[in-house]
Formats: sequence, C-alpha cells, structure tokens
Amino acid sequence: MSYPTDLRYTNDHEWLRVGATCVVGITQFAVDQLGDITLVDLPAEGHLVTKGQRFGTIESVKSVSDLYAPVSGKIAKVNALLRDQPELVNQDCYGQAWMIEIEPSDQAEVDELLSPDAYAALTAEA
Amino acid sequence: MPGLRTPLYDAHKALGARMIDFGGWDLPVSYPAGTLKEHKAVREAVGLFDVSHMGEAWLRGPGATATVARLTTNDVGGAAPGKAVYTLLCRPDGGIVDDCIFYKRSDTEYFVIVNASNTAKDLAWMREHLGAGCELEDVSAATALVAVQGPRAVALVDRLGRTAAGDGALAALPGFGFADATVAGVACLAARTGYTGEDGFELACAADAAPRLWAALLEAGAGDGVQACGLGARDSLRLEARLPLYGNDLDDTTSPLEAGLGWAVKLDKGDFLGRDALIAQKAQGLRRTLAGFRIDDRATARHGYAVVDRGRPDGEQVIGTVTSGGPGISVPGSIGLAYVPPAAAAAGATLTIDCRGRDVPATVVKGKFYKRA
Repeated sequence: MSYPTDLRYTNDHEWLRVGATCVVGITQFAVDQLGDITLVDLPAEGHLVTKGQRFGTIESVKSVSDLYAPVSGKIAKVNALLRDQPELVNQDCYGQAWMIEIEPSDQAEVDELLSPDAYAALTAEA
Repeated sequence: MPGLRTPLYDAHKALGARMIDFGGWDLPVSYPAGTLKEHKAVREAVGLFDVSHMGEAWLRGPGATATVARLTTNDVGGAAPGKAVYTLLCRPDGGIVDDCIFYKRSDTEYFVIVNASNTAKDLAWMREHLGAGCELEDVSAATALVAVQGPRAVALVDRLGRTAAGDGALAALPGFGFADATVAGVACLAARTGYTGEDGFELACAADAAPRLWAALLEAGAGDGVQACGLGARDSLRLEARLPLYGNDLDDTTSPLEAGLGWAVKLDKGDFLGRDALIAQKAQGLRRTLAGFRIDDRATARHGYAVVDRGRPDGEQVIGTVTSGGPGISVPGSIGLAYVPPAAAAAGATLTIDCRGRDVPATVVKGKFYKRA
C-alpha cells in the first residue's frame, strides 16, 4: 500500500498534515483493519493533550480502538461531521475524515514523526 | 502455521475478501462491500455465507434414535423424518458441550452440524455416549456448507433446485424442514434453517462441488442483489436475531436454562445427559440469566465488559458480564447480551455497564432485537 507523500505518520497508524498546526486522521491501513466505522468520539476544542494520551475512540462493527495524541498541544479544532457521519472515515480517511487539529507545544515531537517511506515500511511488516 | 482453508478459499480471495484467523481457519471477515452493506443485503435481499468450517457427522443404525435422545436436550428422537431440530448437548452437570442442529432422516439415520471450534470435542463426546447399534461417521472434512439467507433466498435456491418431489418442492419446505436436493446440479442436503433471523437455506454438499454451487448462486442471484457475506455480518445478524454464539454466550459452564434456551430443553421427554442437573437447577432457581440489552448512549458494550451495581460495596460491584455486543445495524442503538442476576433482568430495567471506564446505562430488552416482517 502507498501513502500520501505530503503527510507524516505515527506507529499508531495516524497521519498528520504538518503546517502551522497539525491536522490528524487515521491511515488507510488502520481503516482496512477496522472495517466499517460506526462511531467516532472526539474531545472538545480547547482540550490539552499530551503525546501518547488517549484523546478519543473509534468503533467499528467488530471492535473498539483508542485514538492517541500523536503530539502534545492544544486541540484547536474538531471535525464535527464525524459525530453523525462516521462512515466518512471509510470513504475519505485523508480528506473529509480528518479528526482533530492540534497546536503543537513541542516542535521536537513533530520532527520525530515518521516519513511516508518509514511508515510504508512499518505497515509492510504487519 | 497456515490456517485451515475451506473449499471456497480461492473464491473468497477472488472476490477480494479480507481473511482472518477464526479458530484456526482462514475465513472471510468481510468482502470489499463491508460488513454494513453485507448485513443490509441479508435483511433486504440475499446473502451467501461460507460456513464450511462447521463440523458434520452422520449417526446411523438401529440404536440411532435412542442415542440422539440421550445426547440431546430437545426432542430430536421424537421429531418427524425430514425435520431439523435445534438442541443442546449437555454434560451431566448441565453445562453446555455445544449447541447444534440435528436432521432426522429416519429413525435410523441422523445428520448433525456442530460449531467448528467444537467439532473435535463434540464428536469425541458423541462417540463416548454412543448407544448400542449406533455408528458415527465424521464427514466434516468432506462436507462444505453454504448458507443462503434473506428475503430473496428461498426463491433463489428454489429456482436452481430440484428434489425427488419435483420443482418448487424446496420453496414448499417448512421452517426447519430439509430435503435431499440438487441445487445448480450439485447434490445437497437443503435445510430451511439459518443463523441470521431471515428466511433461507443452509446447503450441505460435497467439498469438491462447493465452488460450483457458490458460483452458481452468485451468478443466478446477481439480479436479486446477492452479496457474499463474511464473519462480521454473520455475527451482527445473529446478535440482532438474538441467536447465541458458543464461546461467547454459551460454554461448558453455562446451562441452557441460564441462557434462555429452556424452550430447547424437554425435561419430560425421558432421560438424557444433564437432565437431573437441569431439573435441580430449575427447582432451586437460577443464579444468573442471559439478558438482552440496548444502549441508546453513544457507546457499545462488548464481550467481557462488566455489568456493575455502584450501590454495592467496593469489591462487590460487578454483578454480571457482557457476552456479546455490537452496534445495531437494522435496529436502533447498540445491543448485546449479558449474564446478570435474574432480579436485575426484568424487561425495561436499567443495567449499568462499564464501557472502558465509563458507566453507561443499558435497558433490558426481552425477546429478539430484530424480528423479520
């Protein structure tokens, strides 16, 4: 599987679009593992998160998974569409189904994110 | 170690199925359509399931009826020839060895289909309790099983089917009736049974003929919206129809009475394995019962989650366990089954379920979550 080259990635199968802020979603690999998504629970805007901390949950017909903050910072925006249209995650995981936007508080954490090649290598082993 | 493959493995791969390990078998969990669409196809049109991993055996001989009467809780021996009967196999202590369906061809010949994960255990159990004049033949490896389920299933199978009684005989079979038939030219035992809450058939055929049967059903059903369905849809469909799953809702330590399967236990049919224990259990009252519940909050309770009573002292707050749960697809909210004390299981009562650290209210629901129109 190939992954968008303009994004960065985590071991937890999240992608980040890095600019002044970090937009966060889950990868196609994660979507394929989960199957049909039935529920996405996200935190409130303004919430502070620490890297590695659970910030939400995603449920499919068969399973429930935690969403982990890929970097520390303040949650500046939350994608409200996903509350009533969780199926967007299956349809457009890199676009309409972005989940949160974080204002990162530690640039070093952003620099450590995986490159597309590194992430592709990780998923190839799985 | 590579998993066991059914005769339809290549057909699943060709359809783009996502395969998972299921009790040692490589089976499709879903196809590219996805579990939700597969589930809806079965409710609205017709779905195909490969359940060839299940175990099958014949019990034959002059002692066959006496043997099945002793092995089963339901009145399998007393059934009319041509009828299938859902039953439990119980241990002497009332624990459930398995739930399964027996097909009575005559007083001297019965077919049985058992859960895949229990096949070895069940066949050993049956062999141990075979009466005089009864032989057991394990045909699991040589037999494939295809379930055709949904409102258009019967017409589809009937269109391709022939029996000795002529055309249209399959559509005329009553629920839990079965017949020897050919479907698309493949010799089958065709039973009006299923595990989805919909009408339909389960077709047992020779393993090497299964790909032909599967392909013919897909082709002939194209105009009906036929959809191949994986284990994901199988589980969500059976849960909505409140059909128990062995290993989740039933096991060696649960009794049929606790599981709400008393209707399949005929205490007055004569002696059978587990009867004394079940009579005693009934007299003493049940410690727990399998309750259905619905959650209207944005949460899903899944297998293993605790049912709690926060009004009790610390250390005694867990009063039950969720055995199955998932989002409702054809019904609102999320649904599930949990063993709880009978006093907590009145219709409409509120249960509290610890969903990953959050206490979520659930309402006790009697009967099936989904009933077909």
